[in-house]
Amino acid sequence: MEWLLKPESLPEKFGVMIMAILLFALVMGLILAIVDRPRLPRWVPVLGYLGPALALITFGLLWPGMLTIKNSFFDRLGENFVGLANYQTIFTDGGFLIVLRNTLLWVLLVPTVATALGLVYAVLVDRTRVEKFAKTLIFLPMAISMVGASIIWKFMYDMKPGKDQIGLLNQVVVWFGGQPQPWLLNPPLNTFMMIVVMIWIQAGFAMTVLSAAIKAIPDEIIEAAKVDGVTGTRLFFWVTVPSVRPALVVVLTTIALGTLKSFDIVYTMTGGNFNSSIVAQEFYTQSFNQGRPDIGAALAVLLFVMIIPIIVYNIRQMRISEGER
Amino acid sequence: MSLDTRVDTPRKLTRKEKRQVDAKTRLSSPGASLIAIVIAVFWTVPTAGLFITSFRTQSDIRRSGWWTAIVNPDFTLKNYVDTLGTNNLANSFFNSFIITIPAVIIPILLALLAAYAFAWIDFKGRNILFAFVFALQVVPLQVTLVPLLTQYVQWGLANTYWTVWLSHTIFGLPLAIFLLHNFMKEIPRSLIEAARVDGAGHVRVFFQVLLPLLVPAIASFAIFQFLWVWNDLLVALTFAAPEYMPITAVTAGLSGSFGSKWHLLSSAAFISMIVPLVVFLSLQRYFVRGLLAGGVKG
Repeated sequence: MEWLLKPESLPEKFGVMIMAILLFALVMGLILAIVDRPRLPRWVPVLGYLGPALALITFGLLWPGMLTIKNSFFDRLGENFVGLANYQTIFTDGGFLIVLRNTLLWVLLVPTVATALGLVYAVLVDRTRVEKFAKTLIFLPMAISMVGASIIWKFMYDMKPGKDQIGLLNQVVVWFGGQPQPWLLNPPLNTFMMIVVMIWIQAGFAMTVLSAAIKAIPDEIIEAAKVDGVTGTRLFFWVTVPSVRPALVVVLTTIALGTLKSFDIVYTMTGGNFNSSIVAQEFYTQSFNQGRPDIGAALAVLLFVMIIPIIVYNIRQMRISEGER
Repeated sequence: MSLDTRVDTPRKLTRKEKRQVDAKTRLSSPGASLIAIVIAVFWTVPTAGLFITSFRTQSDIRRSGWWTAIVNPDFTLKNYVDTLGTNNLANSFFNSFIITIPAVIIPILLALLAAYAFAWIDFKGRNILFAFVFALQVVPLQVTLVPLLTQYVQWGLANTYWTVWLSHTIFGLPLAIFLLHNFMKEIPRSLIEAARVDGAGHVRVFFQVLLPLLVPAIASFAIFQFLWVWNDLLVALTFAAPEYMPITAVTAGLSGSFGSKWHLLSSAAFISMIVPLVVFLSLQRYFVRGLLAGGVKG
């Protein structure tokens, strides 16, 4: 049975994969066969249909989540209660304060700039002949991994001494008579350079959702504004933006959540070095590299706590816009 | 997340609509077009740069910028051959498939059943339970990883494909249940009831009535989950053994250790991107549909 857990050759690996799928299908088929007999009390089919999913969610999300909250109040071995000491470290240690500052920069800049760019672009290409193609261009970064995007941009930022650069950004700097910069080595500049990458990834999402919202604006509203002589930029700020407000809120909060949770860019581009770490990256470093799962747990809980106000805002705005209808 | 889920279908415009189109495009002045073009260039050039680089020889890459290759083209496939030959990259490419396929199929099936119960079986506490699942979408994965890993180690399952599949399944479930439930709710109740009156059990209603109508919804979620699992870094780094690492994680590792070996890094990056790009471009319609229905995972 060893190969089931540790397959080595490629056929073995694919064999295990097919076995896993078949095994799963078999179990689910059995459950369905048992609960689908007539004249059973109603809780039996409910349990059969919901049970597996709820059991997994409880085992893999709820329970470990609660354990992590507990661990954040204990020492690194999880034996002695230390109260808020781990949180105190995060909020007083100089290195962690930089992590918090960087996280704040990310979560403020990425959603706002990505949404603004997405909105402007959606308006500009709306109902033009090249719309579909133009949108695909902006949208493509969503398909590739953040790791791939990071490598693409790491190459843009590459630096070597001398006049001939291979990174486009430094070549442009040299063309304009400047000195090439190590963009990813100098804080706090490196944080901004990585924020650019996240904006580059997220703008496509903003554009897609906002473009659909723009298309849903009733033509009468646009016509009425035109009759009143509202055009161009004023039309944009007075008519388009207020009309897509609910979509704007969804986009802003969704991107903010994604930004808080992901660490791929920092991991790939700087590894969190050179004072460029963020909470999600620091969680990984502390938990798996530094042997400090207690600090890691506190950082994970902090991440969770930072997410709550964003969700509350989102729900409240959704209520408001539903009330308007 | 109460956005419109309709997708525009191309069709001939009526004369009235054409007039409206004219009215709306009045905004696009030359200045506006310029901004749009600048944005489009900014979003394309970085990728194009690395793409061109991946076909240049090692010495060319080190000597000159990729933009010079547009004037003096000298392209080769050697980087791709080298990358796949060394560095375990071909192996990790297959690992990505082995991890992704079950991690897409299993949560879809589980979520379909759960969404069916939430949508079409009346039971006590249904709304509270659904709100609970919906709320779990926002839990950052980070809070679950260390206790899960500890548990897997205790079971002796750590560092296998099984725990990676299980973890991806669990993390995908809340969004899958939420999305599929939303789509399922749109199916007219009369259709389900008619089948029930005819004596069909839940399983028959599910497979004969609902499943065919749900194909687009399933496609939407399948693309999300596929892209998410294929492109994932955190879950793989935490749970997969080095020999089972997917290509994203291996490529990220190369970025750290290779520094400036751009001939290998560029081709590795594009090998890792090709599959999601193909999936994405061929099924873009379903992806957008899912996006507008609120399907986003952090």
